[in-house]
Amino acid sequence: MSFPLAAPADDGPGNPWFSWQYVRDNAETLRDALEFHAGLTARAVILALVVALPLAVLAYWIKPLTGPILALSGVLYTIPSLALLALLAPAVGTTTDTSVLIALVLYALLVLVRNALTGLTQVPDEVRDAATGMGYGRFGRLLRVELPLALPGIMTGLRLATVSTVALVTVGSLIGQGGLGDLILGGFRNNFYKAEIVTGSVLCLALALVLDLLLAGIGRLLTPWAARRAA
Amino acid sequence: MTTLSEAIKWLNDPLNWTNPGGILERLSEHLQISFWAVLLGCLVGWPIGIWLGHRGRGGAAVITIANLTLALPTLALLTILPLTPIGFGQPPVVVALAVFAVPPLLSNAYTGLRSIDPEIKDAAKGMGLSGGQVLRRVELPLAVPYLAAGLRTAAVQVVATTTLATFVNGGGLGEIISAGFGLGISVGGNQIVAGGIFVVLLALAVEGLLALVQRLVTPRPLRAARRRRPTAAAPAG
Repeated sequence: MSFPLAAPADDGPGNPWFSWQYVRDNAETLRDALEFHAGLTARAVILALVVALPLAVLAYWIKPLTGPILALSGVLYTIPSLALLALLAPAVGTTTDTSVLIALVLYALLVLVRNALTGLTQVPDEVRDAATGMGYGRFGRLLRVELPLALPGIMTGLRLATVSTVALVTVGSLIGQGGLGDLILGGFRNNFYKAEIVTGSVLCLALALVLDLLLAGIGRLLTPWAARRAA
Repeated sequence: MTTLSEAIKWLNDPLNWTNPGGILERLSEHLQISFWAVLLGCLVGWPIGIWLGHRGRGGAAVITIANLTLALPTLALLTILPLTPIGFGQPPVVVALAVFAVPPLLSNAYTGLRSIDPEIKDAAKGMGLSGGQVLRRVELPLAVPYLAAGLRTAAVQVVATTTLATFVNGGGLGEIISAGFGLGISVGGNQIVAGGIFVVLLALAVEGLLALVQRLVTPRPLRAARRRRPTAAAPAG
């Protein structure tokens, strides 16, 4: 990625907040940053989901683990992202985005475990008893009854995690691995190039909005009964 | 784990605390920025939340505001605000952080006033209290635990997020971390990790302290019922 050193002279008077010329001239840089941002978000959220679901089920099955897992997630949540990055980067290195990815997965993990666990514990006891009475074993009940009923909670967690991950990726720009954050910080450092800052910020918000709507749509498709009940 | 022992060695060097730009100076900057940001957040979030809760409407607006700030990168506000008429220096940093302190303060104040038993308000009205008197003498005292919970969430979040002020040379403890990155990991690794450890400890200390405050201002019968709602948790910066 290459960054302009200052606003070009023929870009209208002064230093505009937004300029189509900037977008046109740097379309490739913008696309790269957007792709990196979306890719990093997707990897982080998917990894977090893969780890979070078994953890939530474990905490659900083994009741004494529920309290500690929730308390630990609360404590981890107070850790500043920059500090987490500072503790990870020297161990993992800054040439790749691994340290940012680990930090993002940890934060997303906390939201997902919490929401999945809330969803699972809200399955009514009668439903659980009925499933057992119908001859479902532990796994069958989990896959056929409990997880589908917990799906709205899991989807809410997934949306929250995705939206906040999109915003958090920008912190990675401290080590040059921040996707659109690199544009925002780059614009600030390159003589306060407003168009670059605003374009990066707007793309960031747009990405969060698009992913949120996408997940909301997927959630509606996966839980058709929820929409029918509301109607 | 050699970096960790190096980091502890760095923390044990008194010069790293007292030098210009050392831990003590950065800590006082950090706490000042956080204090003003939380104060500003309270001045904006509480009156609006209390008013909306008292009127009993605007719940959708509260949720929308909370969700919007979740998607807004802190870095964007930190870089955009200094270029507005607010100007450079600490004020834009304080305003940027206050924006992220408002949602927890607002939504907790709103929930606090909404969750009061309507019968209590009816009884107060029946005793001849005016709308303002009901608010001051009945609703606000009953909402104090919620206000305290919001304050705790907001303050912890602000203290954590103030670390990001370093992106715009705004001061605070994040400067120690980014100065370490500036030196390169092989040279500044100890400083990076030391800064990280210190910021984590500060965040946990503030969280613990405010949890205690929240417990003290919550009347005993209300303590068990009140839990931090998962929606209040947002990643710090």
